[in-house]
Amino acid sequence: MSSHRCWVYGDNVNTDVIFPGKYTYTLKTPEEIAAHALEDLDSTFAANVRRGDVIVAGQNWGCGSSREQGVTAPKYAGVDIIIAASFSRIYFRNCINQGVLPIVCPGLNTLVQTGDAIEIDITNGQIHAAGQTFTFPRLSPSVQAILDAGGLVPMLQRRFAGESQP
Amino acid sequence: MSGKTFVEKALARAAGVSEASAGDILDVRPDLIFSHDNSAAIRRIFEKIGAKNIARPDRVAITLDHAVPAPTTQHAQNHAEIREWIKQQSIQHFFEVGRGICHQVISEEALILPGETILGADSHSTHFGWLGAFGAGVGRTEMAALWATGELWLRVPEAMRVTLTGRLQSGVTAKDISLRILGDMGVEGGLYRSVEFAGDTLSTLSLDERPILPNVMAEFGAKNAYMPPDDMVFNYLEARRTRDYTPLYPDPDAHYEIEYALDVSQLEPQIALPHQPDNVVRLSDAIGEPVQQAFIGTCTNGRLEDLQAAADVLRGHQVACRLVVIPASSQVLLEATRSGIIETLLMAGATIATPGCGPCMGNHMGIPAPNEATVSSANRNFKGRMGTPEAPVYLASPYVVAASAICGAIADPREFLS
Repeated sequence: MSSHRCWVYGDNVNTDVIFPGKYTYTLKTPEEIAAHALEDLDSTFAANVRRGDVIVAGQNWGCGSSREQGVTAPKYAGVDIIIAASFSRIYFRNCINQGVLPIVCPGLNTLVQTGDAIEIDITNGQIHAAGQTFTFPRLSPSVQAILDAGGLVPMLQRRFAGESQP
Repeated sequence: MSGKTFVEKALARAAGVSEASAGDILDVRPDLIFSHDNSAAIRRIFEKIGAKNIARPDRVAITLDHAVPAPTTQHAQNHAEIREWIKQQSIQHFFEVGRGICHQVISEEALILPGETILGADSHSTHFGWLGAFGAGVGRTEMAALWATGELWLRVPEAMRVTLTGRLQSGVTAKDISLRILGDMGVEGGLYRSVEFAGDTLSTLSLDERPILPNVMAEFGAKNAYMPPDDMVFNYLEARRTRDYTPLYPDPDAHYEIEYALDVSQLEPQIALPHQPDNVVRLSDAIGEPVQQAFIGTCTNGRLEDLQAAADVLRGHQVACRLVVIPASSQVLLEATRSGIIETLLMAGATIATPGCGPCMGNHMGIPAPNEATVSSANRNFKGRMGTPEAPVYLASPYVVAASAICGAIADPREFLS
């Protein structure tokens, strides 16, 4: 069980406002990318987010462009868990591959407000918030394995390191 | 036991298994994987993974299209890193600055064929459904993994059937159909589904119009989209293809979670208002809204027929606002030059830019100032999409964009078509 401060957003938030397209080929370092997280959605986010904070969003979070900075920008800014009523499919995959836990939990974003604290119990698949308990579905074993490895890159690093050894 | 959808058949084939059902997670080996200006970033992830060589360099395509020719030194450096990588890894299908937009170029080169599977590091990879292929977008890290291993896990999605009947009226296009679908069902209407088109309208759509439907389904949340390939597609591919293929069709008794039907014969031109592609109204409800810029191009609407449509509207008129026209490929630009379309557009006051994505995602070549409105033939109008959150974007067909350019305000193209 861990406690997290929430940043709460609505439905159909797209990756153009999470990380503007004009930066995608020029900003490279985690610090540069984190500085523009959610820039056109919430101008207070990048300056005030703290490690361990979570995003709590509505339906179809992360729709639009496939750009991976949609996940890495909040991740580099300190967000390791993103909760949404539903995710766009590429965004969901990008979360797994970056080692960010995507939790599907419909309705939570209408019950909590930015700044509220919620409790997340990953082992038992539960969220305690607004005086209620929510359960969230487990990931399939093959997908969980990527997350457990810390993301797709660390998982493949192990695979290729193994292949290069005699 | 019901029959199989297209996507169940296509992903079973790509994974080398006899059959698959929605919900199955499969390791698929795509027939082609592609990326664009993001390839330098993908290269850095690939090198971090520790792989030495791309597993199947003959099945990799890279197109420089998102910011071409390079607008800044940083963009130029990015392109230079990609060219170096092409040589180092013997990547077979590389398309330089000016050749065109990835989805258009790969279609013209017939690098993907009916029944095959293509994964791209671009969200509009649903585009390839127009050929009857499985096309889906992936992130940069996944593309690096695909380069390294040649395979990737995919969950077989549930399917939705979109049945289109009737014939479109003059001045109404597949773009208007796609906007109506978004307007009716919302940007999450196809979330995580295979959107499979059916109905007698499809065979009436030209080769240039067909890609619009699966392309725009990216805005619908779709994993992939599919149109049943017919003789028009097979004939198009015959002179271009370098390998055999087997088209795939859904079984008549396949299970669709959702059915949506539209009679297109009464459809009027449609327009998406700022700031979301499903904020769609009939064009007649938006007439007169002032615009300072008009843009025709992109993977959605930058083909020859789109430029022809603009020329048909603009012939004998002058634009009242800036009109930026960017052909989707060098082949489109060449044909439009030979047929006199480019001359008509220039005479009307348009400016023509290098084939590529242009200002669509705010990189260059037509970024609006704050409080300037753009009417665009693209597929996205999210806040900030074209570079600044204060610049509203309307989405419509090239006919509507051209008519609006003449008026400096949203206008009905049918008034200009004889």
